[in-house]
Amino acid sequence: MKRFIGFIKKEFYHIFRDRRSLFILFGMPIAQIMLFGFAITNEINNVDIAVLDHSKDATTKEIINKISASKYFSINQFIDRESDIETIFKKGKVKAVLNFEEGFSKKLIKDHKATIQIITDATDPNTANTISNYVNAILQQYQKGLNNDITIAYQIVPQTRMVYNPELKSVYMFVPGVMTIILMLVSAMMTSISITREKELGTMEILLVSPIKPIQVIVGKVFPYIFLSIVNAIVIVVLSIFIFKMPVQGSLFLLGLESVLFIITSLALGILISTISATQQTAMMISLMGLMLPVILLSGFIFPISSMPLPLQIISNIIPAKWFIIIIKGIMLKGVGLQYLWKETLILVGMTIFFIGLSVKKYKIRLE
Amino acid sequence: MSITVNHISKSYKNVKALEDISFEVKEGELFGLIGPDGAGKTTLFRILTTLLIANEGTATVAGFDVVTDYKKIRNSVGYMPGRFSLYQDLTVEENLNFFATIFGTTIEENYELIKEIYVQIEPFKDRRAGKLSGGMKQKLALCCALIHKPKVLFLDEPTTGVDPVSRKEFWEMLKRLQKKGITILVSTPYMDEAALCDRIALIQDGKILQIDTPQAIVKHYPKQIYNVRANNTYQLLNSLNAYRHNHSVFPFGEFVHYTDSRADFNPKDLVDYLESKNLSNIEIEKTEPTIEDTFMELAK
Repeated sequence: MKRFIGFIKKEFYHIFRDRRSLFILFGMPIAQIMLFGFAITNEINNVDIAVLDHSKDATTKEIINKISASKYFSINQFIDRESDIETIFKKGKVKAVLNFEEGFSKKLIKDHKATIQIITDATDPNTANTISNYVNAILQQYQKGLNNDITIAYQIVPQTRMVYNPELKSVYMFVPGVMTIILMLVSAMMTSISITREKELGTMEILLVSPIKPIQVIVGKVFPYIFLSIVNAIVIVVLSIFIFKMPVQGSLFLLGLESVLFIITSLALGILISTISATQQTAMMISLMGLMLPVILLSGFIFPISSMPLPLQIISNIIPAKWFIIIIKGIMLKGVGLQYLWKETLILVGMTIFFIGLSVKKYKIRLE
Repeated sequence: MSITVNHISKSYKNVKALEDISFEVKEGELFGLIGPDGAGKTTLFRILTTLLIANEGTATVAGFDVVTDYKKIRNSVGYMPGRFSLYQDLTVEENLNFFATIFGTTIEENYELIKEIYVQIEPFKDRRAGKLSGGMKQKLALCCALIHKPKVLFLDEPTTGVDPVSRKEFWEMLKRLQKKGITILVSTPYMDEAALCDRIALIQDGKILQIDTPQAIVKHYPKQIYNVRANNTYQLLNSLNAYRHNHSVFPFGEFVHYTDSRADFNPKDLVDYLESKNLSNIEIEKTEPTIEDTFMELAK
């Protein structure tokens, strides 16, 4: 045990003396979450919109005035026909079209319900989503004003339609995605590099010719990174909650446990990478190409898995990040507990055991 | 016997690194493996330190088989690889502490053993190992290899890249360690260091050429060596190489070491020949063979 503690102490010396790695370790999560985060909450200002008003009555005029009075939108033009919508989008300047149904005012008074269609250009999904949220907010305010005066509830029903990107998913996907990438990177890349560094510098030779057991070397290598990854996970969650108002509907405790599980999965992968690569360079390349790319492309972080071709959908199943993203999305956004996520958790546990088993089997007690 | 090697052979893909190597090292002996780069010294060290498995043959270290009892060997030997293999970003003291800890001991416990070496690097104990000079690094590496009081010490080219003064000091240290009962197997490409060992094995291209004490190896040199000198060493070498009675010609410092193939060689003949080649100030005198001469003779 004293050996093990001595080894861990040495590892922390390495980490804290290598300023550059330390900077990557803690700078990158913050930088990434900020970058992605501000992309999410991208404030909109003076977005050009068009109005297709089939009613042209007092109510629609009032709503249009309210919208154009806000600093978020400026009415670019009024159109008369449905067919103009596409033409106007193709020109690219107008990002959204408000389509008031015929007899808006009348319907609102008679049926207490009228419909407005918000059509947005979702080639830029974040902006599209933000626009529709802002319009909704303005409409709701207006509706509230109406309902204050009269006892009968009037209802303006906004119908949001995204064109060009109907698959649009929640933008909150970014936070789970970034968290996954960071944990994967810190855990897998850093451990694989730190193990291969010993090989490259020749210190592994001395460690092998010593009574310290391989398992002690591995766990000793991994331990500091478990600790650092947990710190990173906390930083990411805190940043996303306080700066980006990311909702955490489910249990923070469960989120923590699942994160630790995923960290261990990544570390196991890191160990595996280190057993098959001889230099730090190779380890880094394998980590980047073999882990980062699949995590970004195939985990559902950026591209929804459901819209991938079938072969890629099948491949995505062997990527641990996919399951972890489902888990944190479930906990943070849907607020579900283990009873809904046990399957994904079990898959991660299985993968972890498999990777650890494989790397223990591949770990060399000799030089070849 | 502290180390026994029986018919060890090892090849990498298509290169034969070691071929049928056998020798024994007695307890408390300072045994040298002498040979040029690529002779197979490091491979042999790695087999004996359980880092590699030989294709053929068996070996024991401190009474343990290198394959089946590798864990026991790893507990009882000290190993200093050819390349500086300590943590460059750790200080002198941290390195020493770390190696003491993983061998389950402390600096204080075995301080006696390393004291003489450690006092020399102690003034720099807070310096990072990567910032030490070559000689200092080797001293630190030796301390780290000794900290657990090994029965057998493996030193793979410990003086390569070290200045002559530090080299001399290093060998004096090895002599002192030997007196404390530690068996030492050391390899070196420097022939002058060979004379400091109890026994040496000359090794080249994976084969052992000869094993004996340095004195005996020199004594068995079959021919009389002459130191030849002239006004132009380069031309002298060429002329000697062109001489039809030569047996061997090697530049050796300011002289050329020359042996003749004839039993009844008369130096006067050689002087005449060299004068005919327009060389002047010719000196020829008998000299004693060195280990290097023996090595060159055997490696021919």
